[in-house]
This record gives sequence, structure tokens and C-alpha cells, in this order.
Amino acid sequence: MFVGPFLAVNLLVIAGPSLATVFYSLTDWSGLGSPEWVGLENYEQLVTSPDFWAAATHNLIWTAIFVTLSIGLGLGGALLLSQVTRGAIGLRLLYFIPYTVASVVTASVWQNIYDPTRGIGKLLSDVGIPVLDGTAILGTDSTALPAVSVINVWAFWGFVLVVCLAALQGVERSLYEAARLEGATRWQQVRYVSIPGIRPVLVFIVVISVMFSVLVFDYVWITTRGGPAGATEVVGTLLYKEAFERFEAGYAAALGLSMTVVCAFVALFYLLLRRRGWEV
Amino acid sequence: MRRRRSRSGRQHAHPLAYPGLAVLAAFAVFPLVVLGFNSAKSSSELGSNPLGPPSDPSFGNLGDAWAAGAFATTLLNSALLAAATGLGVTVIASLTAYALTRMQTRGSKGLLFYILVCTAVPAQLFIVPLFFLWTDLALTNTLFGLIVIYWAVFSPFATLLLRSYLLTIPRDFDEAGRIEGASERQILTRIILPLARPGLLVVALTTALFAWNEFFFAFTFIQDEGLKPASTSFLAFRSEFATNWGLTSAGGLIMIAPPLLLFLVLQRRFIDGLTTGGLKA
Repeated sequence: MFVGPFLAVNLLVIAGPSLATVFYSLTDWSGLGSPEWVGLENYEQLVTSPDFWAAATHNLIWTAIFVTLSIGLGLGGALLLSQVTRGAIGLRLLYFIPYTVASVVTASVWQNIYDPTRGIGKLLSDVGIPVLDGTAILGTDSTALPAVSVINVWAFWGFVLVVCLAALQGVERSLYEAARLEGATRWQQVRYVSIPGIRPVLVFIVVISVMFSVLVFDYVWITTRGGPAGATEVVGTLLYKEAFERFEAGYAAALGLSMTVVCAFVALFYLLLRRRGWEV
Repeated sequence: MRRRRSRSGRQHAHPLAYPGLAVLAAFAVFPLVVLGFNSAKSSSELGSNPLGPPSDPSFGNLGDAWAAGAFATTLLNSALLAAATGLGVTVIASLTAYALTRMQTRGSKGLLFYILVCTAVPAQLFIVPLFFLWTDLALTNTLFGLIVIYWAVFSPFATLLLRSYLLTIPRDFDEAGRIEGASERQILTRIILPLARPGLLVVALTTALFAWNEFFFAFTFIQDEGLKPASTSFLAFRSEFATNWGLTSAGGLIMIAPPLLLFLVLQRRFIDGLTTGGLKA
């Protein structure tokens, strides 16, 4: 059987445990011993938990920052890069490199950059902009969450750029020429030719960026573990603590299933747009 | 990219295009330059010059970090994970992609849809039961256990990527083989796979890089110091020497150097795999 190996590992790792999550989310399982059925208790606990809502709010803020910046930089860069010839291939490579760097190393460099006494704050004050000097960017409630999301933006926007650039190169050149003959300005060409021309790719990138924001774990865990005082706690880190530090496996399963449902809605919305002939 | 430029009647680049691109390039490389600079500084220089170029570059940190971070062990673990993942996923995905594109059996549409769904299934959906299942099966704290997880997690995306490659190979090739009396397995190994070699390389490289950089599963499933790959061991190393930026920067450089060199050599294939692969989902 050609599909045998695929199905075997898939059932063992993904399908089986995913179905088990549905069951365990309805129990008080600790991870050890036998689970006791508790019905929807975990979900009741979830919707009434201030910790959960605080974390979900952080995911929402993260989404706003991550999606806006990644796509702003990636699309903006692609639009600029598609206009130039000299150095274009080298620049594309350069922009893409951060995407290939391991998250632990990326996080480590940025922790140095965000350092209160030796980081970017000091650099800025040395050149006469003392806005961040002495600020522990990752240790302050108001700055920690945006700062961590910027790390993720740095790692991701080059991917957006390369994908947008490839899509832009597929846009019919005659459309630009027609627009120019009609007297369209450069901005109007971007607005009415480029953006509509790559809309399917843009929508796809928005969708996966939103999903990544719902599921974010790595950069938060590595840099702050959800701190200071829960200021960067997201649902992903909350789940991890519930499952593997507090041994609330049943409740963690409910959290995991809830995150998946949110992602499924995002995916359904995307499929619905496609169905409605939106050509995305 | 080139062909389009050479046509006449082309609009000139916006005057701010290059300045804008330069700012973006600075944003992209600044952290990496800091990493490189700091890896070549002494502790005393780091106090007075934390982000600038080193005044007296030395490479002693690299040797110290190599020993202190146990990179001889962790890089080997990472390499094993990357190689076994790249190889295994390529085998699994090529078998599945072959079945999807060449053997129109009942359920192949359903399987394709299932694979699509799997590319979007988040780890959070199955991580909790998977961890306790792996504990029961004594697969936690084994590289093999982690490799099986990587096979499962990366093979849906790899299958879709290879499927799109196989679709571009004309069916005439396998029809000819079939007329000669070749079995499905012979058609796959003698005809299709050699033709799909560029696609196989893309899949192998991409999944190997994913495995090398992977953090979440490695962190959850491997606690044994001797089995940790560089990614999770680096986290412990980094917190142990948090104030010694020279040492931790050198360690970071050691960890990213092997894939970065490979990436620079084979950048086309990497970029193809990492971008089109994501888009096919």
C-alpha cells in the first residue's frame, strides 16, 4: 500500500490524539490514571476564567500587530522590489534569511537588542533619542507583548515578501500599460492593478498569519514564558502550563480544542470567500 | 524576473525604491550583524560596546561556546533529526503523492481533502494526548519518538508539494512503463522518482531545515540533556550564560551556521520549497 506509511504515522500522531483531545476535554484527566467524565465542566471553567480571557485578549492584540506589520513590510517590500532590477535577486535572498533562522537564536539576539542597559534603548539615547533608555522592554507590562510580536514579525515578513513578489510577477504587464495609458498614477496602479492582481495570495497570507497568531507559542515561551506577571500570556502558553506544569490535562485539552475551533472558523471564512466566487 | 525588465516601455523605479529597500535590508540584517559582532567581542568590550562592531575581533568565544554549550552532542542530535526527517518525509510523501496522482482509486479525492485539512491542524489539538501516549509507549526522551512526530507533522505539506510536482510529469512516461509490463513500484522508483528529483530535493531540504529549527515538539518530548537537539539545548545554554553575550552569540552563530551555509548554496530550492509549499495548502 502506497499510502500505508502516511496513514500509519498520521493516525498515531495526529488523527488519534486529536480525537482523544475531544474526549479528554470532557474529563478531569490529569495525564495519569483514568479520566473521570465531567461533561462540559472544563468549558464552563474556560469561559469564566479571567486568565483565559486575558490570554485571548493578548492573542487578539498580537494578531493586530503581527498581521499588520508582517503584511505591511512584506507587501510594501515586494512592491518596491518588483520595480527594481539591479540587486533584486540578492535583496530577495537577504530579506528571506531571517525566516530560516532558528527561533531560539532569533529570540536570543532580540533579547540582547531589548536589553535595558545595553540594548537599543542605549543606542537610541547615544544618538540623542532617550525614549527607551533604561526601559526593560521585555520586562515592562505595556511594552512586552508588542516587543515579542515584533520578534515574530522579523522572522516572518521576509516570507510574506517572497510570496507577494512571486505573485506580483504573475500580474499581466499589459494591465499596467493600459492603466498608464489611462493616466493612472503610480499609487493608482498599485491600488487598482497590483493589489487586485495578487488578491488571492494576499488573502491567503492574511488567513495563515491570523492562524499563526491564534496558535503562537515559541517566541513568547522562549523570551518571557508569559511574563511579566502574565502580560504576554497567550492561550498557547496557558495550555502548556495547564497540561505540563499543573497537570490539568483535561482542561488543557479543552483549551486546545477551542484554539482549533477558532482556527477552523478562520479557515471556513476563507473557504466561504472562495465559494462566493471571490477568487481568493 | 529578468525577462519582464528587458521589455521596452517600462516605468522607471520610484525614486524612493532603493532607499526603502535599504531600510528594509537594514531591518533584516541588523539582528544578524549584532549576533556576528557580539560573538567576536570580549566580555569587557561588550560592557562598553554592546551593539557596535568589535574593536578587536577574536574568535575565542566560538571555542568556549562549543564546549560550554555541548554543541558536539547537540549538533549531532540536530543533524540526526534533520536527516531522518528529511529522508523519511520524502519517502512517505513520494509514496502518497504517487498514489494521489497516478492511482485513481476510490477515496483518493477524500484522502486529498484529508491531507489538506491536516496541513492546517494545529499542534495544540493533539499535543496533550500525544504526550501521554508517547510516555506510555516509552517514546519520550528518544530521538526516534521525535522523528516519528516530525514524519507525521511534516508529511501532509510535503505530500501536497510533491503532488504538484508529479502532476507536471506527463502520464506518457508511466503509460509507456505500464505497456512494458512494469509494476506500480517499478514505475514509481524507475520512472517517476528520477524525473521528480528536483521536487524531492526541495522537500528533503525544507523538512530537514524545519526539523533542525523546530522547538515546540523538541522542547516537549526531549528532557534528557544528552539527547536534546541544538534548538532546545541552546535555550538552556542561553539562560545559564544570560549575561555573557559573547558566549551566547557565538553559540547562536554555531547553531545557525550549518543550515545558513546550505541555504546560501542552494537558495533557489529552499525558497521554492518554503514558499510554494506553504501556498499549496
